[in-house]
Amino acid sequence: MEWRRLTVIVIVIVIIFGTVVLVGHSQTPPLIIITSMLATTIAVATPLTLGALCGLYCERAGVVNIGIEGTMLGAAFFGWVASIYMNTVFHYSQMPSLIVGVIVALLAGGLFSLLHAVLSITFKVDQIIGGTVINILASGITGFLNRQLFFGSNSAFHGQIPSSPGVLPTIHIPLLSNIPFLGKVFTQQPIALSAVALVIITQIVIFHTRWGLRTRAVGEHPRAADTVGINVIRMRYFNVIIGGLLAGLAGAYFTLESISSFQPDMTDGRGFIALAAMIFGNWTPFGAWSAALVFGAAQALQINLQFFRTLIPPQLAFLQNSYVVGLAPYLLTMLILTGLIGRTIPPAADGKPYEK
Amino acid sequence: MADDTIVLEARNITKQFPGVLANDHVNFDLRKGEIHALLGENGAGKTTLMNILYGLHKPDSGEILVNGKNIVIHSPKDSIQAGIGMVHQHFMLIPVFSVAENIMLGDETTHLGMLDTNAVSQRVRELSQQYGLDVDPSALVGQLSVGAQQRVEIVKTLYRNAQIVILDEPTGVLTPQEADDLFRIMRQLTGRGVSIIFITHKLKEVLAVADRITTMRAGQVVGTVQPKETNEAKLASMMVGREVILTVQKEMAHPKGEVLRVENMHVLDDRDLEVVNGVSFEVHAGEILGIAGVQGNGQTQLAEALTGLRPTKSGRLMIAGKDLSGKPPRPIIETGLAHIPEDRQRHGLVLSYTVADNMVLCNYYLPPFARWGVLQQEKIDENARKLIKDFDVRTPSPYVPASKLSGGNQQKVIVARELSRDVKLVIASQPTRGLDVGSIEYIHKEIVVMRDRGVGVLLISAELDEILSLSDRIAVMYRGQIVIVVDAKQADREQLGLWMAGAHVEAV
Repeated sequence: MEWRRLTVIVIVIVIIFGTVVLVGHSQTPPLIIITSMLATTIAVATPLTLGALCGLYCERAGVVNIGIEGTMLGAAFFGWVASIYMNTVFHYSQMPSLIVGVIVALLAGGLFSLLHAVLSITFKVDQIIGGTVINILASGITGFLNRQLFFGSNSAFHGQIPSSPGVLPTIHIPLLSNIPFLGKVFTQQPIALSAVALVIITQIVIFHTRWGLRTRAVGEHPRAADTVGINVIRMRYFNVIIGGLLAGLAGAYFTLESISSFQPDMTDGRGFIALAAMIFGNWTPFGAWSAALVFGAAQALQINLQFFRTLIPPQLAFLQNSYVVGLAPYLLTMLILTGLIGRTIPPAADGKPYEK
Repeated sequence: MADDTIVLEARNITKQFPGVLANDHVNFDLRKGEIHALLGENGAGKTTLMNILYGLHKPDSGEILVNGKNIVIHSPKDSIQAGIGMVHQHFMLIPVFSVAENIMLGDETTHLGMLDTNAVSQRVRELSQQYGLDVDPSALVGQLSVGAQQRVEIVKTLYRNAQIVILDEPTGVLTPQEADDLFRIMRQLTGRGVSIIFITHKLKEVLAVADRITTMRAGQVVGTVQPKETNEAKLASMMVGREVILTVQKEMAHPKGEVLRVENMHVLDDRDLEVVNGVSFEVHAGEILGIAGVQGNGQTQLAEALTGLRPTKSGRLMIAGKDLSGKPPRPIIETGLAHIPEDRQRHGLVLSYTVADNMVLCNYYLPPFARWGVLQQEKIDENARKLIKDFDVRTPSPYVPASKLSGGNQQKVIVARELSRDVKLVIASQPTRGLDVGSIEYIHKEIVVMRDRGVGVLLISAELDEILSLSDRIAVMYRGQIVIVVDAKQADREQLGLWMAGAHVEAV
């Protein structure tokens, strides 16, 4: 990544962390504030990281996917429903229920993106419209089923919301989590940890394997790929579905790892911010991840400031209003996308259906 | 070198596209170690035949034999398997990939699942030494010259052990020297037993390099001849089906006053790089000034700047004594400019408009075509009917969209619109690119007619033959500068080629 982007990232993170330290240092030692901010940042950046990786696989293969938001939402809902059914209806214990929930979320993500693939690759529908279809569809289906399944008087649970099996347990990485203070950063839940691992895996897959070379080829110049015997359609399908699985995992984060409930439209634009992170990161895994961390930090600001609400000095009174602080990730998105970062170069055939 | 073993044979290939019979029972064979040229106009079916051999199209009927064995080709994979490689007219290279990545794509070498770029680079270096093809495996393809990219494409086929190499219009983008280099490489390949199909529409090259020449016309093979038993005129009439006058016939020029003056012009391209740096020249009434140069040396941006389509960074533009620096297209057109743009489909026509509407694009807002801001349809139709007749545009009616016409007829629509107006200056950029011999003949004639009528003509072309046969004076453009202007009568083809390639200009 170029230095300019890195500088922007570092400056924004320093400002955000600095604000919390400034406000809270009289009550909590700065080192503890920083490590707790770091831990929160990595955790809340999870859906953004995974969403950005989803976009990366799709767009590197030449398919624009703005349906990440809907894919995550759908996966969040169906994963959650599956875990409740396992737990409440079939009486499995907590862990198996959650694992089945994650698997169902992955499948749901895969299916939503399969729909996008069929629309945009086979039927060559405008890819922005295809993505919008996914977003509207996911919002509608999950909202409707949520009401039908749980709130209707003739619903499966007779209008009584069943208790969910909770959230995925925290994992302490051996050795690393024992480091004083910093250990907290390495104490994370499984999806957050796998997101980081997937960043590294994606970097290797995209830039150092046969699959990645072919993926980038069909995203840059599909005809050239075709003339050396690569099946462009197949490559695009598989990459969009891989992306869908990643967005599915991001969905699982919302209802099976972060909190143990579902609310309509709970993804709250995270899918779009993930896209912004991918663009900011210039379609590279590490670039996208560092951008996701910036947005994560903005969210961590909102969360951690709540602990120090009473300590906020009067001249910074606007920070007391959680709505104002909650705007930070969205403001950052706009700021970053308005060209603060200089030019980004998308894959040359991004968004263009392949015609033989 | 060529022996009589037949390595590739196509029998009775027929391919029907909607509305066109692209290949009509075509027979073609290739012997081991020979260069077999396939000659024909655009749309004659050469490329279709090659795409069938390479697996990009499926034939409706017919069979393909490689080394005497019948094979079925479903996709490029099958033909690569059978030892067929193809260098496409538009290179199939990915600019952001390295040479090694481009070459291995689709046939990757891996080590423990990771791409083994070192092994590939090693192999590329071996091949490039063996065949005298200079390529650097670690270079980014987007930063290579066109000639070097072509060498990468050839190495790409050899990397896949191709014994049969198809070269589709390989010289269109090369300087004469680069083309000579390519011919040298081709002979080196055939010397090692590789057989080459050389697709082109350039008669000179065919006679210089081919062992056998097969000519196609309208989807059918017209005949196969040896170079020594034919000549340019005979080949041309085989291609077109009638006598063609290949040399442009023109009288001495009688240049008069200046109609175009360009002073120290600087122009930026879309990436804000200065691609025209400090160009000055003038065109007189009644003469043709040809600008020769390999594509991508600033000619495109220069033409856009002269016609008001692109802002100039600095410099002066005078047309017919009027200072038009920094003016938009309309005042420039109204001063008396006719523009035949390089990209006829993007800048010359509104493809979805009818032929009639396209013929008034420059003056639809003036009487008689508009009155009180309302278009006068019958005047527009009348104009179209007249121009269609005068310029021999082959169209079913004036009301079909321009997109439905063939390339040659689209160009005739533009030529008709531009040259029928009362103009003082014609700027023609690549006016015959991609056209067949018949249309080229026609457009060249029209350009000379304009000159003889006392109009100044600026001809920008990457075809050196076109420049040489039309121009009265020739300017050579290299890296955004005009390196020299010579009188066409004293111009030497070889020397021009060297200048186009950036050779230092000695005092002339």
